[in-house]
Amino acid sequence: MKAAVLVFPGSNCDRDLAVAFRAAGADVSMVWHKDMNLPEGVDIVGVPGGFSYGDYLRCGAIAAQSPIMRAVADHATRGGYVLGICNGFQVLCETRLLPGALMRNAGLKFVCKMQRLQVETTDSVYTSGYVAGQQITVPIAHHDGNYVIDDAGLAALRDQDRIAFTYLDNPNGSMVDIAGVLSANRRVLGMMPHPERVVDPAHGGMDGAPLFAGLTAALVAA
Amino acid sequence: MTEPAITPALIDAHGLTPEEYDRILGIIGREPSFTELGIFSAMWNEHCSYKSSKKWLRTLPTEGPQVICGPGENAGVVDIGDGQAVVFKMESHNHPSYIEPYQGAATGVGGILRDVFTMGARPIAAMNALSFGEPSHPKTRQLVHGVVEGIGGYGNCFGVPNVGGEVRFHRAYNGNCLVNAFAAGLADADKIFYSAASGVGMPVVYLGAKTGRDGVGGATMASAEFDDTIEDKRPTVQVGDPFTEKRLMEACLELMQTGAVISIQDMGAAGLTCSAVEMGDKGGLGIKLTLDHVPQRETAMTAYEMMLSESQERMLMVLNPDLEDAARAVFEKWDLDFAIVGETIAEDRFLIIHGNETMADLPLSKLASSAPEYDRPWVETPPAADMEPVPEVDAIDALRALVSSPNYAAKQWVYEQYDHMVMADTVRAPGLGAGIVRVHGTAKALAFTSDVTPRYVKANPVEGGKQAVAEAYRNLCAVGARPLATTDNLNFGNPQKPEIMGQFVGAIKGIGAACAALDMPIVSGNVSLYNETDGQGILPTPTIGAVGLLDSLDDMICGVARDGHVALVVGETAGHLGQSALLAEVFNREDGDAPHVDLAAERRNGEFIRAQSSLINTCADLSDGGLALAAFEMAEAAGVGLVLDAADTPTLFGEDQARYLIATSFDKAEALMVAAGQAGVALISVGRFGGDKVRIGRSETSLAELQALYRGSFAAAFA
Repeated sequence: MKAAVLVFPGSNCDRDLAVAFRAAGADVSMVWHKDMNLPEGVDIVGVPGGFSYGDYLRCGAIAAQSPIMRAVADHATRGGYVLGICNGFQVLCETRLLPGALMRNAGLKFVCKMQRLQVETTDSVYTSGYVAGQQITVPIAHHDGNYVIDDAGLAALRDQDRIAFTYLDNPNGSMVDIAGVLSANRRVLGMMPHPERVVDPAHGGMDGAPLFAGLTAALVAA
Repeated sequence: MTEPAITPALIDAHGLTPEEYDRILGIIGREPSFTELGIFSAMWNEHCSYKSSKKWLRTLPTEGPQVICGPGENAGVVDIGDGQAVVFKMESHNHPSYIEPYQGAATGVGGILRDVFTMGARPIAAMNALSFGEPSHPKTRQLVHGVVEGIGGYGNCFGVPNVGGEVRFHRAYNGNCLVNAFAAGLADADKIFYSAASGVGMPVVYLGAKTGRDGVGGATMASAEFDDTIEDKRPTVQVGDPFTEKRLMEACLELMQTGAVISIQDMGAAGLTCSAVEMGDKGGLGIKLTLDHVPQRETAMTAYEMMLSESQERMLMVLNPDLEDAARAVFEKWDLDFAIVGETIAEDRFLIIHGNETMADLPLSKLASSAPEYDRPWVETPPAADMEPVPEVDAIDALRALVSSPNYAAKQWVYEQYDHMVMADTVRAPGLGAGIVRVHGTAKALAFTSDVTPRYVKANPVEGGKQAVAEAYRNLCAVGARPLATTDNLNFGNPQKPEIMGQFVGAIKGIGAACAALDMPIVSGNVSLYNETDGQGILPTPTIGAVGLLDSLDDMICGVARDGHVALVVGETAGHLGQSALLAEVFNREDGDAPHVDLAAERRNGEFIRAQSSLINTCADLSDGGLALAAFEMAEAAGVGLVLDAADTPTLFGEDQARYLIATSFDKAEALMVAAGQAGVALISVGRFGGDKVRIGRSETSLAELQALYRGSFAAAFA
């Protein structure tokens, strides 16, 4: 499996995501935001957490205008896989690769803690390694994770089983506890929690590992 | 450009005494220009010159086989084996944080991160030690919110995990909060970058953000007492931009790989002035700067403003001219300013040119080395008066009072606002004891702690100084780490008062003795004096930041107490209640002497804990609140109940030093008893963990009741 991890000037989870991809057996290249193209033969693009361009406007809004995001959009249109985590989720919403938007947390504070999640669907390469309804613990670390979407959009997410993860004990006010959503073709996942921070026994949890393992298994087989 | 005439009022406004001004006249043999006066005031204020503290700082132990670079550079450098080094320092941003909490705290974090990456190290951990006024004081809430958000806002965006620190409240900080920021980074031991310039005619390069008028005179402000004109000083607080800092770090680390950097220095206090003088002085060279080339954010800036600006996220570098194109390309990649603003010169001159005019022409080495140095008069702190008797208390009631106080309640409201997991190497999150970060890609880890008990230092500066170091030592040993070295952030009142200077001298003596005995030399630090408002000083607060090494994560003590575990105390309990948390929180008393620190016992007991780590499931040092609070915290973290056998107040709440609490299985406890006997270490069983009740002596309640108080009180007071 070939993975590309985007590097915006303010990305700060790019290395962490690359480590998690590699641990799952992926061949990873880091791709600079000013590049116009993704490396040849990339299966999945990782859009990492951080503060892509400082997040002084809306989070992810400037990143959505960067040269590399055009290539990522083309990749997604061709049916390529894209995983956006935290700021990466915000970028994917700003680029319209995923519906909805991420607003300031209801509590108005940055929140970093271990967070209980529920796996809502196992019908994706990202979630096939879990059991439906499984409760997992994955860290969150964000100021703007309060997911909102219009009624029609929410109905579509529900009807098409595209809510990947929900929060137990909602930490940020997200609509119907949404923590992560899939694209219509189920190949783009955006999520606020950080699965790459729980892939190693030293992290004090391994609940992110099935996401990366499932991904590798599916994409290597494909 | 005409500059204001030099008048006694102008000299005074620059924080220079008439004697200091005479010294300037003696050095340059003429009246200084306005820009030159500004440069002298920046170099000679307390913050930059350490003029009141230097004499005493020299007495601290700073050497050891583990030390690669001690005090004097941007940060200390310590060997951690395998060709790697940890680079760390702690620094205060007290006055700016009181004036403008968010930006003051944010730029404090920014400044300390810059100190670390200037030396070629990637920051891997941060901590913050915060002291605020009483929770009920009208200003406290705003300061707590602003400071915590500022620290989070900067560190979270920059991307460094915040793994520990302290938050305390005391009325002595009502008019003067303390914000002490610590950062540590990782570097290759043979690729450390220093500030000494070398070579004549080498380009001096300005890197990073543009220069504005923010922070002009900031270092002078930070060296003055506060009064009711403080609001006027708000414009001297700098504004931080963590996104620029993140790019500046990446660009600097990338640039250092190219071999283009001869020397580098961050622009912190007194910006361009301090950084240029430092580089020239350490290299035995002069520096010529042409200010017209300085990237400027505002129009019509004067030489004076540019030389004294404290705009953030800037660096000064001496460049290898053969690699200029490669260096420029790195900075263009990161969209940062890169401008050649001067050159190194052979003559001992600090030459400032602006608009073809010479705005300053000063002897550089004298500017750096001839700062006044004072041997301030001091008086020894008198011994504490005998303590009034302490009535027996119901242990559970006393515990309720402690865990309901913002001083001892859980601080998750604070640290959940900090990203403590970014970089995905955090092994032990903040909360209790030392934070631990794995050395990326290895099995090694570094442990970090920050400690001081200001009540003790006030009552007995020598013992209080020792205790701060000893508690840091214990916090590192309690997780199985070998203490390596220390950084000190010495916050005191007005040094011109002999009793305050006496606190400073006493604390230094205690810190020095403890660092020597515990083999944790001081490798960096910062002094913050004049922490007074309207003549009222803070509690003397010498914050100790310490770093320990785990050669392998397998050595880490990181379990939790379990049902059936035995509770054991290492070290002698005498029941010292003077200056205890119990007295302060339950009886509103601060009397008696500080507990005395037996450094030999500290060392013996700490080494015992590390040697027996395989027999210890979890361990905590005993400090504020004594056995009762530590045992409750251990039980609470594990979600199990607790029984302590003792019923008397001194045993339960005494704060004798050199002690640890251990939870482990019965079998391992027996083996520990044998080992303790052989090592000559006092070890006794004090109770056990299990069930869902907390029972102390004859008093009992549910764990859930205390847990709710402990977890909820901080947010209840401030959210």
